[in-house]
Amino acid sequence: MSEAVLEINDLSLAFPISRSLADWVAGRPGKVVRALNGVSLQLQKGETLGVVGESGCGKSTLARCIVRLYEPTSGSVRHHGQDIFDASVRGDRAYNRRVQMMFQDPFSSLNPRMTTGQILSEALRVHEMRSEDQIPERVAELLDLVRLPQDAAEKLPHEFSGGQRQRIAIARALAVEPEILIADELVSALDVSVQAQVVNLLLELQERLGLTVLFVAHDLRLVRHVSNRVAVIYLGRIVEIGDSETLFSSPSHPYSQALLSAAPSMDPDDKGQKVKLEGELPSPLNVPTGCAFHQRCRFADTRCHSESPSLRPLEGRGEVACHHVEKILHNA
Amino acid sequence: MSDTAVSSSAPSRPSRLQLALGKPGFLIGCLIIALSTLLALMPNVFAPYDPNYIDYLAIRQPPSWAHPFGTDSLGRDSFSRVIHAYRVNMQMAILATVFALVIGVVVGALVGYYRGIADMIFGRVVDAIITFPFLVLVIAVVAVLGPGLINMYIAITMVGWVYYARLMRAEIIAQMGNDYSDAGMVMGYSDRRIIFRHLLPNAITPVLIYWMTDMALAILLGSSLGYLGLGAQPPQAEWGVLIAEGRNFITTAWWLSLMPGIAIVLTGLGFSLIGDGLADLLRPRG
Repeated sequence: MSEAVLEINDLSLAFPISRSLADWVAGRPGKVVRALNGVSLQLQKGETLGVVGESGCGKSTLARCIVRLYEPTSGSVRHHGQDIFDASVRGDRAYNRRVQMMFQDPFSSLNPRMTTGQILSEALRVHEMRSEDQIPERVAELLDLVRLPQDAAEKLPHEFSGGQRQRIAIARALAVEPEILIADELVSALDVSVQAQVVNLLLELQERLGLTVLFVAHDLRLVRHVSNRVAVIYLGRIVEIGDSETLFSSPSHPYSQALLSAAPSMDPDDKGQKVKLEGELPSPLNVPTGCAFHQRCRFADTRCHSESPSLRPLEGRGEVACHHVEKILHNA
Repeated sequence: MSDTAVSSSAPSRPSRLQLALGKPGFLIGCLIIALSTLLALMPNVFAPYDPNYIDYLAIRQPPSWAHPFGTDSLGRDSFSRVIHAYRVNMQMAILATVFALVIGVVVGALVGYYRGIADMIFGRVVDAIITFPFLVLVIAVVAVLGPGLINMYIAITMVGWVYYARLMRAEIIAQMGNDYSDAGMVMGYSDRRIIFRHLLPNAITPVLIYWMTDMALAILLGSSLGYLGLGAQPPQAEWGVLIAEGRNFITTAWWLSLMPGIAIVLTGLGFSLIGDGLADLLRPRG
């Protein structure tokens, strides 16, 4: 078993919504958006962990918590055993160097008034990665690494296409020689043909540099292609986590089954027994009691209404958070 | 070498300078302000007379070749006085705004970035100040400090910074909606670097454009206070003072008030045209 570089324990995050005057007069408590409800997972060294789920399920919030853009309400994130939200570690910018993030929108993640060369050399300079006279050389190296032409260093972000900008973002993240890369919807803003280029570049760099990657995306086929392990998130909770191939070929949790069967199949003969979901995704303002999925689940009973299932390991599969998973798998 | 490199550099976009040359309004504005600055820097070269030289033999003469703008009730040459007033009035455009600009930009950037309680207090201060008409507040401050140019600058700065800060704050908050500020935090950059190196250059454009308009307004305000006797004091040649001096003779010696009035309009127009042009030129392209 390889070592865990990042351990997330029971992470919860609730964003308070400002109380209206009417609420205040009536004495109603302020509402909160429960973006994360007790997420626990471990990131193993060198792996790619895919995180999938519907829009608004908390994927990006999880990613942003890991890089300390959001502070969780409770729970902890430990990097090599050290809590990153601990008061003594908070001010330590070295953690940011070890864990880097790439953003979804390539048009807003680069400062429009800085050239690629300035963006990269700033990262090198602030973290003192190289001495002043070695910086131009390293910038050239980084551009090579992400396969951008050398004259890119002189150009401003608006002179590049979306795919090229994402490569600049990758180069910026790699400039500080991180250990973990968080890719938050890295390619969802790009054309399909460019997506493949950028993702393959990421995979190749991961192998070459021994990076650990957390790959957040909603494109299931893409996640299957890049990940070793996958976590399925529903309403701020992990409902299933496990080996990518097993999970995609035979999902265990009823939600994973529905989610995966919603992905279009490339097989023309596959008429598919689609598992259709009833109802809407509940609002994170009002998370259901018990199992968050019970309102839409075919197998739900009274126990699911009252008792929240926790993740438990399943023989030959990953970990699943469902009271009835054995029964469901047995009947299938 | 690679074909992509060639094609990307060949049909290059027009540079900022080329764009600026294609804007007649902007060019006229620059020309007016350049001339005004020249007049302000060396009025002696352009003014034919000493602005304070009194000639009792030539009182309230209409415009002539000897006195292009006529003479005032003490026989002083109006043209020379208007020219010499350029120094004071251009100084007003700078000194009454530049401190407000600096204070406003820094305060606005900080409260916009950190929000929290400082932002709430700032909001109340803004509300309190903008409730009063600008001129009334400035007059109140001058009344406390006493009339004179320095006190006038202090008064205008005390009121004016709020407008810059408000604009800057809103612009910083809008820029923070872009991922590059989050990316700066993820990169482990200091707050100071994120605010002043990343957010500020992207947020400052509207503030600079407002500054240009504000310089025009500062000249107008300075002249108003001069006219009311709260700014520059006679015999100092200043456009507001000159207009006030000509007020009693407006029907008989109209040139006394008209000429400094035209100077105010021209300079104000110059600043406005520059501001207008900058709004187009400074917009990030792409």
